[in-house]
Amino acid sequence: MLLLIQYTLIFASVLILVALGGCISEHSGVINLGLEGIMVMGAMGGALMLRGLPSTTSPFVIVLLTLCAAILVGVVYSLLLAVACISFKADQTIVGTAVNMLGVAAATVIVKALNTAANPDDVSSAVQYAGTKKAFLLKIGGFEFNWFMLIALIALACVYVLLYKTRFGLRLMACGEHPQAAASVGVNVFKMRYAGVLISGALGGLGGICYILAGTSEWRFENGVAGFGFLALAVMIFGQWKPQRIALAALLFGFFRALSNVYFGFDWLVNANIPGAVYNMMPYIISLLVLAFTSKRSRAPKAEGIPYDKGMR
Amino acid sequence: MKNLLKKDGVQSFVASLICILLGLLIGYIVLLFINPTGAGAAILEVIKNFFHYSKPSLQLKNFGNTLVKTAPLLMCSLSVLFCYKVGLFNIGAAGQYVAGACAGIYCALKLGWGWLPCLIAAVVCGAVFGVAVGLLKAYRNVNEVISGIMLNWIGLYLANMLLSSVKEVASPYTLHIKTEAAKALLPSLGLDKLFNGNQYITLAIPLSVLLAVAISVILNKTKFGYELKATGLNRNAAKYCGMAEKRNIIVSLAIGGALAGLGGALLYLTDYEQWLCTGSSVPGMGFNGIAAAFLGGLNPIGTIFSSYFIQHITSGGAFVDKTMYCSQISDLISSIIIYLCGFVLFIKYAMNKVIASRENKAAAAVKSDDVPAKDADETKGGEA
Repeated sequence: MLLLIQYTLIFASVLILVALGGCISEHSGVINLGLEGIMVMGAMGGALMLRGLPSTTSPFVIVLLTLCAAILVGVVYSLLLAVACISFKADQTIVGTAVNMLGVAAATVIVKALNTAANPDDVSSAVQYAGTKKAFLLKIGGFEFNWFMLIALIALACVYVLLYKTRFGLRLMACGEHPQAAASVGVNVFKMRYAGVLISGALGGLGGICYILAGTSEWRFENGVAGFGFLALAVMIFGQWKPQRIALAALLFGFFRALSNVYFGFDWLVNANIPGAVYNMMPYIISLLVLAFTSKRSRAPKAEGIPYDKGMR
Repeated sequence: MKNLLKKDGVQSFVASLICILLGLLIGYIVLLFINPTGAGAAILEVIKNFFHYSKPSLQLKNFGNTLVKTAPLLMCSLSVLFCYKVGLFNIGAAGQYVAGACAGIYCALKLGWGWLPCLIAAVVCGAVFGVAVGLLKAYRNVNEVISGIMLNWIGLYLANMLLSSVKEVASPYTLHIKTEAAKALLPSLGLDKLFNGNQYITLAIPLSVLLAVAISVILNKTKFGYELKATGLNRNAAKYCGMAEKRNIIVSLAIGGALAGLGGALLYLTDYEQWLCTGSSVPGMGFNGIAAAFLGGLNPIGTIFSSYFIQHITSGGAFVDKTMYCSQISDLISSIIIYLCGFVLFIKYAMNKVIASRENKAAAAVKSDDVPAKDADETKGGEA
């Protein structure tokens, strides 16, 4: 039971971080379908940093440097999406898809190249970080507290304040609702949209490193992040683009994702004799159902997905 | 020359070429970063693919292997293209492909059906996955990209679960169709002789090309295709004109799903590959289909060539020097190409702008010794 709560919280943290990223980006008017790729790249940055650091480094420094690496790589990588979609008015769906595919391919190529350079016989795409990973964990009784749970909570509070209580946030949201109106009162729509996408890159990168650290002590980058970027988008839609509701939605999705990891710990679930694949499918099936019931009256930012055109009314 | 460049088809072709060249260039630069000594050789291997072999007979055989995988890729890209014409981004093609592959293999190995019923089962299963996305889109306003991705994963786990019952005892792969269910093997129509006895060459290849032509005809020459395209351009306007816009969305996704599903069966029923029942990532065929569709300028005939190109470099990736680089380098190049395809509109815009400004200059030069009335006409033509 404790294990289920632990996994629910950690997967919910991933979804909160990434969904908040998607939320900010969409509020600025750009649909960030590339979150999945951004997660992979952020995860790669963080994982390489974790592997590079000696395990004697103090835990605090490890955590800080890893987070910085993940954020930095996420932000830089999200620039690809930002430049194409904002400055060049490219189709956001195509570019987002390309960013996803590129993320997995680039991370695999980079990690393999580094592995092979270090040891010519090693052609795997795995990064091990068993020693330094402990810095993120804190044992409280049988419960393994992960610093990311706190980070997700802080991010949630920050995004809430940022969106609703600051001038920047309100301007950002104006750019997603009616960019021409925002521009008419002197808001630089391009800058705001860049800010939105880059912040989502930072949060996506954080979510990525959080996701791979939730699992074992190594990660194979060929596998990507198993559709979590898109699950996060489903969470965001279910949460109606509002941070507090996103958090609740993330808990629900996190629960079903956690179930696939720990269902064999429950006798009655094992006795039900449901194949493991069904539990693996659960989060995706639930999200389809949830989307079917919530998308009809969705309150999406009105101008999302439409490149900003000064001359349009 | 100028007039030729003004044509939309020519512009698409030039834009695609620019994307390919830039994609290869960026791929080359990445290789340089990884290991400067072998970069040139590696990128050449990717481009050469089967020309890696010096013997013509081996070349022919490997050319055949590339074609075997081009057929399903072409089906996936047709699926993406067809839905895109209706304004839908069918990223679910990957899942529909999986559904089709699963249905084909399952019917062949478990139920012992012949090849034609297997293909039909694949088409139906692919279409079911497509229709699911279509229903959600048309009636529940669910973004087709997100529901498509969810169905990709559902399809993958479903396929793994179902196909585990027909897998080899000692390996995670499904049984060989050739030995276990020979009547489900696609007929070769004697085409294998053309490719130096390559046993995997089947009717899949001509069938996929024929379907590309058929899709082209449907989209451009029929009322049905016109309605679909109208729905894609403006859903509300189509509805206003009395077209059943919801039905069009569902039907187009059903056809898209059927195409991708057929693609799955066309690969696995040649026994070229066996399904990996423990796979934890969705096969890349559907995603590469997106690349091929956009690279082909969203034209069914163009897609035939772009699918071949994407498969050519993907297969070529297998020949790079493994001690220095990995085969994923071709995935990297094809994803860079898709990324660049996002800029196609911009490239066309830039081309039109250059042409227009040149024509304006020419018109201004003419102005000095021509009547003003004609000049006004010409500038107008240049702008349009």
